[in-house]
Amino acid sequence: MYAFTYHRPETVRQAAGLLSRKDDAKLLAGGQTLLPTMKQRLASPGNVVDLGKVAEMKGIERKGRAVVIGAMTTHAEVAGSPVVQEAIPGLAALAGNIGDPHVRNRGTIGGSVANNDPAADYPAACLAMGATIITNKRKIAADDFFQGMFDTALEEGEIITKISFPMPGKAAYMKFPNPASRYALVGVCVAKRGSEVRVAVTGAGASGVFRWAEAEAALAKRFSSKSLEGVKAKAAGLNADIHADAEYRAHLIGVMARRAVDAAVGK
Amino acid sequence: MSATGIGASVRRKEDHRFITGAGRYTDDINRPNQAYAYFLRSPHAHATIKTIDTSKASRMPGVLAILTGDDLAADKVGGLICGWMIHSKDGSPMKAGAHPALAQGKVRYVGDHVAVIVADTLAQARDAAEAVAVDYGVLPAVVDTATASKSKTVIHDAAPDNTVFNWHLGNKAETEAAFKAAKHVVKLDIVNNRLAPNPMEPRAAVGFYDKGEDHYTLYTTSQNPHVARLVLSAFIGIAPENKLRVIAPDVGGGFGSKIFIYAEETVCVWASKKVGRPVKWNSDRTEAFLSDAHGRDHVTHAELAIDANGKMLGLRAHTIANLGAYLSTFASSVPTYLYAPLLSGQYNIPAVYAEVDAVYTTTAPVDAYRGAGRPEATFVVERLVEVAARQIGMDPAKFRQMNFVTKFPHQTPVIMMYDAGNYNASMKKALEIADYKGFGKRRRESERRGKLRGIGFSAYIEACGIAPSAAVGSLGAGVGLWESAEVRVNPIGTVEILTGSHSHGQGHETTFAQLVCERLGVSMDAVTIVHGDTDKVQMGMGTYGSRSGAVGMSAISKALDKVIAKGKKVAAYVLEASEKDIDFKDGKFSVKGTDKTLDFGACALQAYIAHKFNGQDLEPGLKEGAFYDPTNFTFPAGVHIAEVEVDPDTGVTEILNWTAVDDFGVVINPMIVEGQVHGGIAQGVGQALLEGVVYDKEGQLVTASYMDYCMPRADNLPSFKVGMTVTACPSNPLGIKGCGEAGAIAAPPAVINAITDAVGHEDVAMPATPKVVWRAAQKALKKMAAE
Repeated sequence: MYAFTYHRPETVRQAAGLLSRKDDAKLLAGGQTLLPTMKQRLASPGNVVDLGKVAEMKGIERKGRAVVIGAMTTHAEVAGSPVVQEAIPGLAALAGNIGDPHVRNRGTIGGSVANNDPAADYPAACLAMGATIITNKRKIAADDFFQGMFDTALEEGEIITKISFPMPGKAAYMKFPNPASRYALVGVCVAKRGSEVRVAVTGAGASGVFRWAEAEAALAKRFSSKSLEGVKAKAAGLNADIHADAEYRAHLIGVMARRAVDAAVGK
Repeated sequence: MSATGIGASVRRKEDHRFITGAGRYTDDINRPNQAYAYFLRSPHAHATIKTIDTSKASRMPGVLAILTGDDLAADKVGGLICGWMIHSKDGSPMKAGAHPALAQGKVRYVGDHVAVIVADTLAQARDAAEAVAVDYGVLPAVVDTATASKSKTVIHDAAPDNTVFNWHLGNKAETEAAFKAAKHVVKLDIVNNRLAPNPMEPRAAVGFYDKGEDHYTLYTTSQNPHVARLVLSAFIGIAPENKLRVIAPDVGGGFGSKIFIYAEETVCVWASKKVGRPVKWNSDRTEAFLSDAHGRDHVTHAELAIDANGKMLGLRAHTIANLGAYLSTFASSVPTYLYAPLLSGQYNIPAVYAEVDAVYTTTAPVDAYRGAGRPEATFVVERLVEVAARQIGMDPAKFRQMNFVTKFPHQTPVIMMYDAGNYNASMKKALEIADYKGFGKRRRESERRGKLRGIGFSAYIEACGIAPSAAVGSLGAGVGLWESAEVRVNPIGTVEILTGSHSHGQGHETTFAQLVCERLGVSMDAVTIVHGDTDKVQMGMGTYGSRSGAVGMSAISKALDKVIAKGKKVAAYVLEASEKDIDFKDGKFSVKGTDKTLDFGACALQAYIAHKFNGQDLEPGLKEGAFYDPTNFTFPAGVHIAEVEVDPDTGVTEILNWTAVDDFGVVINPMIVEGQVHGGIAQGVGQALLEGVVYDKEGQLVTASYMDYCMPRADNLPSFKVGMTVTACPSNPLGIKGCGEAGAIAAPPAVINAITDAVGHEDVAMPATPKVVWRAAQKALKKMAAE
């Protein structure tokens, strides 16, 4: 790790001010990606702005037919929240299966979404559930937010403050973990809200999380895993590495999608 | 059996300090005015070093020295050595390329040591390392084991075809004749995957030089500190033995990887004199993946010949063993004498012939890793045997049983003389525990759930208790493999045992103390085990090859015999009786036929005050030493049965049941032995299902962190069913065979035999990750659909 200047603002406004004033500043949320990268000397921000004391970025509340989660809420808090468990049990289950207990008690939803790791779990939930990413400047639909591997719509000085999940009728996430890292080798989140069905795939795409249109169309006709029989994901554009080639990932997308639908309908 | 003697599951004495954070590992050692070393490592798999420019780096804050291979050469510091000479078939000695601790003119793997930066702090050393400008002339990498000898790229001038040796063992003509006479010949191509050792504690070293005494001290993470001192003194030339103390304090796991004498500790102790301050290095996990000696990495073609009645006639194997970029300390022995002599397995095979070609590649050195050669041999034998049973349509258990060695001693065609065993007893017990009869029913139940269930056997044998010194000397070892012990009885009867064995997880402080309790009748608290310090223990050979019970404890036993004999002499004076009338039992000396007794502690006091005897007739004191040289290897053996379920949709293999029935001879502490079995199986399952070192074509290490290198975790494993059978080992006084490596040796073929049984064909390579097993399952489903 290289030397850096550490800042700990207490409001979003202060954090945004530091971010714009200081050269080469990075936001620190749960630190589950930034700190290991800094320790390996792969990142060397001159200024680190720790959001840990920003109270307005924490907490979970039900607002009408939506659950709004503060960006600095940890995965363990989401997993253990009675509000989330009741309103969107599939989201609580997803959070409870991220990483390991250490990661879940440090890592935050805002950090995960802002980082947009192509194998992270939350981006799939945001995309499938049609979440809205709320920043200090605007509201961004999930469809517009995730723009490729580690790439988002966030602009300079922009900070995610909350994420709002409209309550789906049915939703579930199924992850096939990478045996080593236990990140998603393939993760599929399905959500049905009214007549709309959305299927989002993480871990597999060479450009990060994406929606699987063929599966959405098939499930819109009938929300059952049987509808997905014969619907095959394409291997083109998928990741290939020592753990899984593109063909195997494409196959797993189908398996995980069917299992997610089964879980969503309570099978 | 007493509560703390031989056979008692005594809780481990050492665990209190470990689990309360009071252990003292090398990284816990800090010397006043200590400086820190950081190694600048090669980013290239293969390159010449044109220049190293340290001018900018050496002016950076806190930098004390930047040392390179030129500095080593100037100080006449020798290279690292390989201590086992192997001769090729044509009689020529193995081709050992120079192995300097810091590169001299060339780097040969990613992570190779280019320079060391010593600074006030580690951060300063790292900063300076980034400012060292190295001009490399990049050369092609040589990564593939099977084709390394055909590469046009030469790694060491000493080995123009990248071949260290072409070695063989066994009778070729007899084996060929056996294959000609065979009804069935089974052929297999096998890759034994390369593994990274991953001890929980990474390697570390603290070297310091005492100018006043002209004396060096090295704290290091070693399984054999005396061998480290011997090599550093006699071969590398740091200092004579009397001027070099090596201490291996608490060591957190080794699995073989801490046997070897590496560049880093050599450089730390040498550099401590250069900079006039203690020098510390602690490996980070990335460095461990890059530079700890890896294990396995064999490519083998093997064949088994069987007659019309199902009797094995012959086995032959051709193996290419990847030894990496340099010959590590015992690298040459692993794919030769620790491998081929085990190719007879538990079976009566009249003819065996093995050829082994060892090659250099531009990858990290490869050396012994838990099992060392014996897992590779067991995988060859037990895969061949399982496939043979399938091909000739015999039950795999029955096929094994009809070919088991049943008469002992048994001379195999490949060196080993099996001294004792009862392989049928282990098989019978294992079949019973595993409910082998009920397997068909369980398989049908799995099929109903869309799963493929399989069962796999592994009837392994290993050669442990390493080893008779003259025997290994005749096979090329540079050292003897005896062990030493000293029993120091203090005046009030407490006992210190000094042993040349070294505990790095095995629980010697408990097990060895149990032997002392059993023999001297003292309490566990009265016994202290001293190890790991060349200033305390005079000489020893260390811990590896499941040798500490069979060899290390035998040395203690021999020294205890001497203590008891001396005690009897003292007791004879004190009790005013003839020495021949003195008995010793349960901690008391007594005079036959009388009620006169003397406690062991009281006897010790009498030995030291020396009031009751004339010091010219009997020496005062109670301290005895012994060197024990074994008469044979020991041959632990057993049967493991794995039962797995494959999800054909995802390729995930779940291990549902694991039965292990092992014959380790006499067991001192069943709880510790069972723990060794559990840990060994976990590592073997790791090799079979999860672990594999991968280098890309450029020789970059792809699996350089836990993000990509998959270690076994609790949820990969079932609850093990462990049983034991016992045939005492006749080759040492305690009847011990050794247990440390058995699980890692037995497990891989059991897993692969179970998966191949589940999918119905043999095309499943290790590690059988979900990707591999999914493809195998698809092939099976297609085959089933076609039928």
